[in-house]
Amino acid sequence: MKRAFPILAILTAALLSYGLYQALVVAPTEKTMGDVQRIFYYHVPSAWTAGVLFFVNFLASIAYLIWRNNKADALAVASAEVGVVFCTVVLVTGPIWAKPVWGIWWTWDLRLTLTLVLWLIYVSYLLLRRFSTSGQTPVIAAVLAIFGTLDIPLVYFSIWFFRTQHPQPVIGGGGSIDPRMLHAFLVNLIAFTCFGALVCWSRYRLEVVRRDVEETQALESLLEPRSAR
Amino acid sequence: MSYLYAAYVITWLIHIGYLGTLVRRYSRLRNEMEELKRQQ
Repeated sequence: MKRAFPILAILTAALLSYGLYQALVVAPTEKTMGDVQRIFYYHVPSAWTAGVLFFVNFLASIAYLIWRNNKADALAVASAEVGVVFCTVVLVTGPIWAKPVWGIWWTWDLRLTLTLVLWLIYVSYLLLRRFSTSGQTPVIAAVLAIFGTLDIPLVYFSIWFFRTQHPQPVIGGGGSIDPRMLHAFLVNLIAFTCFGALVCWSRYRLEVVRRDVEETQALESLLEPRSAR
Repeated sequence: MSYLYAAYVITWLIHIGYLGTLVRRYSRLRNEMEELKRQQ
């Protein structure tokens, strides 16, 4: 993976550039909303990537609780942190789209509120990881992550089961979409997923190395008084 | 149009900002590792 990383990074950058070109130049302008609809090509792939990363966090948390594997715990931290970054993008691009279309930045609609709750759950997870000094922190964080994941299906299905202001899905929701719009969307979906995976991998490596350094520092500090004697 | 550009620019500012924090954390770790090697 270490050798393949630069190649994957270049391929992802190329895919993201192609996705940007498709979203801004090739995809046709939507009739009702106009150019502001193009925010969809970044908003939805970011939401998808955040969901995937939070699901990775869920699986890693379960793996940690079963096997007490430190690498699973490191992956849980990495995926939660990168997931929060993508979820932040969702919460920022959504209101920027809503202002010209709805006339307001924010409304306490079920989909929007549940997404904000999801973001708050994972921010509290990261704060717990950052500031708790208890030896039980990874276990408590893993349990919090498992409960936090329950919000993901609620966010997704909220627009299916309840009347909300959020637009209904065009893809898989019975609507039709221009093939050029679909192409731009799918390219960005793949590009953002690859980008999220690469950033998560980098953050995971950082976490593993950080833990190794902390362990070595702790050992050094234990050995120091002996060598001084 | 300005809303569209604002959304795209802010998206990349968030990602570049986060990548910047990763690079800073990596370089701090590298310094700590070099410090440890010197002590050994």
